[in-house]
Amino acid sequence: MIPGRFEYHRPKSLPEAVALLAKLGEDARPLAGGHSLIPMMKLRMATPEHLVDLAGIADLKGIRHEGGRIVIGAMTTQAELIASADLSAALPILKETALLIADPQVRYVGTLGGNVANGDPGNDMPAVMMALDATYQLAGEKGAREVAAREFYQGAYFTALEPGEMLAAISIPVPPAGHGAAYEKLKRKIGDYATAAAAVVLTKADGRIATCAIALTNVGDTPLLAEEAAHILTGTSADAASLARAIAAAEAITEPATDGRGTAAYRTKMAGIMLERALARALARAAG
Amino acid sequence: MAKVHVSMTVNGDAVEGLVEPRTLLIHFIRENLLLTGAHIGCDTSHCGACTVDLDGKSVKSCTLFAVQAEGASITTIEGMAAPDGTLHALQEGFRMMHGLQCGFCTPGMILRAHRLLLENPDPSEEEIRFGIAGNMCRCTGYQNIVKAIQYAAAKINGVPFQEAAE
Repeated sequence: MIPGRFEYHRPKSLPEAVALLAKLGEDARPLAGGHSLIPMMKLRMATPEHLVDLAGIADLKGIRHEGGRIVIGAMTTQAELIASADLSAALPILKETALLIADPQVRYVGTLGGNVANGDPGNDMPAVMMALDATYQLAGEKGAREVAAREFYQGAYFTALEPGEMLAAISIPVPPAGHGAAYEKLKRKIGDYATAAAAVVLTKADGRIATCAIALTNVGDTPLLAEEAAHILTGTSADAASLARAIAAAEAITEPATDGRGTAAYRTKMAGIMLERALARALARAAG
Repeated sequence: MAKVHVSMTVNGDAVEGLVEPRTLLIHFIRENLLLTGAHIGCDTSHCGACTVDLDGKSVKSCTLFAVQAEGASITTIEGMAAPDGTLHALQEGFRMMHGLQCGFCTPGMILRAHRLLLENPDPSEEEIRFGIAGNMCRCTGYQNIVKAIQYAAAKINGVPFQEAAE
């Protein structure tokens, strides 16, 4: 399968890329790793007339500390996330999640920015970013702005990105030392999207859950922040009754499609099971 | 649409060509360079038959445009054996351990295993299986592919290969 014709652009800087995207308008798409976009182009489900390849922009690469945050360039690959000792120490959930995405070849090329900005509800990093309360740094002709991951997703493939805007970096507040986090994903095989998945980030104090954030993958048109479930657990000792109520609250906000991964009812139930497992692991990992 | 000039290094040779931007790397390698070892299997980035090594990464060349590989250094199966024809340890391993039947997946398997062993010279069986999870084989059931990679790792590391009991 060969994609439709397009013109190829390879800007050297972020301002150059932004200017190109503004000039070319809706006929242009930014190209990151391309492992979502190129298959869509082969199927003619995407037919951009211009591709703006971001691979030549050094500023979009890398992982750096800024105050109490970690800022990751949008073009940083999943393999680079996995290999970063710094990230493994500060934000181990990112490596855990990246290892559940696709397969080794795709992880060498696929980027964090592409994963979160594409708006595909099957992608894994968006829920993790919502649980971590990350912020997306967007670049556009009118300047830079920040949008919370929790506000970014509006529908399947619909995000807060305005025409001509692109994602430049992901900024994540580093959770306190001793936090516990986990991502649990049910999939049929390596390389599959989630039947259902759950991200949990929590802290404990005196044996009780002090803070908690929960987000779910691929059980709705967008990743879902399970606010009520997190609220139910906060302040509890994660006793069986509280866990059951929280899991029921999380299941209640899911709206999965019935598809090859299972019926809607099954996928809702699996979201609950994934959450149960993610909570158990995050609690075991948390100090206090 | 205007063709674009691309140049890269493939198996140590400087190569160049004129391609449409939409030309996939696998098509450039097979049709322009006439290196037909890397195969087109699923064409959807699932099966790994098109895997080549590009700047130290295993990549699926059906899901990259040739223009994205501008300036890259690429290894395909044709670049694995020594110039005198001596097989690479992985090629020898696949031969000795019967790591192939129809052979369609083999070039991709070997190129992926090549990068895996460079990154992790002494992988466990589990690490091998996770490491080749992006490559599908519909003949062998993977058992002998894993053995072939273990054989190659042992040979590269200069230690005797001991087949695990089944």
